[in-house]
Amino acid sequence: MSAPGSDATVAPPAIRLIGITKRFGPVVANAAVDLSVQPGTIHGIVGENGAGKSTLVSILYGFYHADAGAIEIAGRPVQIPDSAAAIALGIGMVHQHFMLVPNFTVLENVMLGAEAAAAAAVADATGTETGPGADVGTDASPGAGAPKGRIGLAAARRAARADLARLAADYGLEVPPDAVTGDLPVGLQQRVEIVKALARGARVLILDEPTGVLTPDETDRFFDILRSLRAQGVTVLLITHKLREIMALCDNVSVMRQGRMVAHRAVADTTREELASLMVGRDVKLEAEHRATDPGPVRLVADALTWRDRAGVARLSDVSLTLRAGEILGLAGVAGNGQSELLDLMSGIAAVQEGRIRLIAGNAERTIDARHPADPRRLRAEGVAHVPEDRHRRGLVLPFAARDNAVLGYQHGADAGAGRWLSPAAMRARCAALMRAFDVRPPDPELRAAGFSGGNQQKLVLAREFEAAPGVLLIGQPTRGVDIGAIEAIHARILAMKEAGAAILLVSVELDEILALSDRIAVINQGRLIGVLPRAEADRHRLGLMMSGVAPTDTGPADTGPATEADDPSRETA
Amino acid sequence: MTRLPAWADYGLLPALNIALAFLVTGVVVAIIGENPVEALATMVEGAFLFPGGIGYTLFYATNFIFTGLAVAVAYQARLFNIGAEGQAALGGIGAAAVALSLDQVLPGLMVVPLAIAAAAAAGLAWAIVPGWLQAYRGSHIVITTIMFNTIAAGLTVTMLAGALRDPRQPNPQTRQVEEAARLPAIHDLARDLGLEAATSPLTLAFPLALLAAVLVWVLIFRTRWGYALRVMGQSEPAAVYAGIPVRRLTLGAMAVSGALAGLMAVNVILGDAGRLVINFTAGYGFTGIAVALMGRAHPVGVVLAALLFGALFQGGTELDYVYRSISREMVLLIQGLIILFCGALSLMLVPWVARALAAFRGPEDAEGRA
Repeated sequence: MSAPGSDATVAPPAIRLIGITKRFGPVVANAAVDLSVQPGTIHGIVGENGAGKSTLVSILYGFYHADAGAIEIAGRPVQIPDSAAAIALGIGMVHQHFMLVPNFTVLENVMLGAEAAAAAAVADATGTETGPGADVGTDASPGAGAPKGRIGLAAARRAARADLARLAADYGLEVPPDAVTGDLPVGLQQRVEIVKALARGARVLILDEPTGVLTPDETDRFFDILRSLRAQGVTVLLITHKLREIMALCDNVSVMRQGRMVAHRAVADTTREELASLMVGRDVKLEAEHRATDPGPVRLVADALTWRDRAGVARLSDVSLTLRAGEILGLAGVAGNGQSELLDLMSGIAAVQEGRIRLIAGNAERTIDARHPADPRRLRAEGVAHVPEDRHRRGLVLPFAARDNAVLGYQHGADAGAGRWLSPAAMRARCAALMRAFDVRPPDPELRAAGFSGGNQQKLVLAREFEAAPGVLLIGQPTRGVDIGAIEAIHARILAMKEAGAAILLVSVELDEILALSDRIAVINQGRLIGVLPRAEADRHRLGLMMSGVAPTDTGPADTGPATEADDPSRETA
Repeated sequence: MTRLPAWADYGLLPALNIALAFLVTGVVVAIIGENPVEALATMVEGAFLFPGGIGYTLFYATNFIFTGLAVAVAYQARLFNIGAEGQAALGGIGAAAVALSLDQVLPGLMVVPLAIAAAAAAGLAWAIVPGWLQAYRGSHIVITTIMFNTIAAGLTVTMLAGALRDPRQPNPQTRQVEEAARLPAIHDLARDLGLEAATSPLTLAFPLALLAAVLVWVLIFRTRWGYALRVMGQSEPAAVYAGIPVRRLTLGAMAVSGALAGLMAVNVILGDAGRLVINFTAGYGFTGIAVALMGRAHPVGVVLAALLFGALFQGGTELDYVYRSISREMVLLIQGLIILFCGALSLMLVPWVARALAAFRGPEDAEGRA
């Protein structure tokens, strides 16, 4: 389908990249990359972190300039010196982190940067509708034309409002024009981003990891939007690391590895396993082998935890849960619903305000509450290890050598030295042992933490925390930003810890990860625990509803629920 | 970011930056109408070749080592201690108060350590207050330490006009500390050993400063406390995660920093001057900031930078003496340029140096470092 020879006879590709090469110093981010995207299709690009996906689309959107290679848009060779040129060529981009002004209204955000153009369009409005059928050239002309004198913002406002109405009519993309953007749910904010791109005449939409912030339900709705855009002839380029999304949504997929384009496939002709293997360059097992174990005694009880931030907003409300030895409790939820705060409380980083945490080890019990605070050092001594959600900010000191990081949090222990003194030799030995145990590469204790790949950084953190042989293990986002090849190994390690008898709390925004590892699954929404399900009763749909705040008793049995289109193909491959 | 091999990062780059600073100074000297090469020769002569020149250079370097270390220790914890000037002034008051009240009572060998301890304690006390205000009340340490400099200056004047003033003379200064209660001059020690030595204000305070540098290195890089300090400096969230008591450590870092700044006073009060005079800190505390930055907050770097600034100071004095058209302010200009090139613009040359090195070593090697 993407063979260049057959394209000439049909419509020219919406995007064609020929031999794109980009170097950053000695690093080759893109090496002679070819890509051909058919118009009116959804085309996925997958690859591990650092495979060169972001660099490639940055070149397409004019952020970077390729050192070599050519770009064709709709069959015409083009130069894209900056993002204004990309917009003029009908290319729109929605970034992973939204580029919206939170205290502007939706209308103002859509107008931003195009005020004059919008006004000019109104000024010489001749009734020619720049509808979705119009070609790239006419869509681009208002953006390129100089404004004729100073025209009030009111005219631009009217134009933008008309644009929004038109987009709502054409694509079903309803957005509230006068709502303050920051007040909208993330799913709607993302829609504003898309509307903003389309309002500038985008016929090609680049989406960079668009679903990271969405609930499964929002993701489904988002996919529906993309499908309807495709039906209207919009070409979508989807950058993602989630193979599920590729299989559910895309027509074609291109796989990148180490700066090279290694394969192009029609989605109908491939499988998740094949894509994963292509990304990594070797065979990959996607599902960890989950063995049910008999849960042991209770090790930690969180009892009615309520926690307010400085502004007095309750981030956690009345959260209670129990961790048992030899069991993984998965905590599912959309990012920012109180998971981080819960981890902070349980690891001693934040002080308990209301409620209490009971730590139980055999006959010994220790209660942590507002009057009996504990700090992370104390809790580590009590056998609570913590793999933090953000390894770059917390789990590692990036400018430090690996050996210095190997004792972070355990700097008072015997592995760091003797007495008051620090022993680099002891730290080096400790680090070398951790690196051997967890296959950290390169196994160099003197290398700065920043010099390791995401997966190896995470392995170093996991090794440090796991090798402390904790009774309670708090794990936040264990595979965030970790390559698919390393995920396999990390999941196996977590399961091994469980089988060794650790009581594990697993916090993850990846529902797949929660489902693959957990024995029980708790769902959190806006700081409240919506419910706890045994693994056997949990599925994506049911958890998705709970993640959006619907209590489990309201959802009914999962199989009678309205299965969405997006779920079906993914279930087959999962 | 481009990364250079260690020798280029710590050796070549600072050397190039310093050379650049001198080059720009040379242009200024030429504009004034003097010969830049001759002016440079005068500075080098003054700092190293004239009898006693090295002694003066090392005397100034001693001040800069103490204040540079002070700023460096705090900076390891990412605390910007701008108050070394004031902490040194307090160190002076402490040293003078102890030395002057004991030097006629106790033997010198007992007075000297007490006075040194008093200098450190007074500097510590003066630094720990801003530290406390930052840790527990959220007042920014840059602001409070600057304010404390002003207060310290006022306090020094008050003391010298009152309690500490030598009542037998009208100037705002103390009497001289008894010879026995002062640090022996290096030239005296050398002559005792039968060596030729030009007279200079250099005393045992210089080896004391070097010892302080070694101790600071041990403290920062070989103790658990120093580890915690460095973690806190690199990443406060990581420090909190690791159970490091950030507030208490803020106090600790400022305490050590202030004590080191206070020790600078030893070089003056127990040294050649032997008395506390108004404004004896003479900006050494502020120059300490530049010394610490140029030395990358590492004790070895601080000592090297202090030697450079000591030579500049002494060479500048010579320049002022020899040329009518060039004043001491020229030294300030050079210092400013060195701070500019080694501090604010320290990374300016990195891409060029990296390219030059890559070209020199051949492309395969450059790929290998990726």
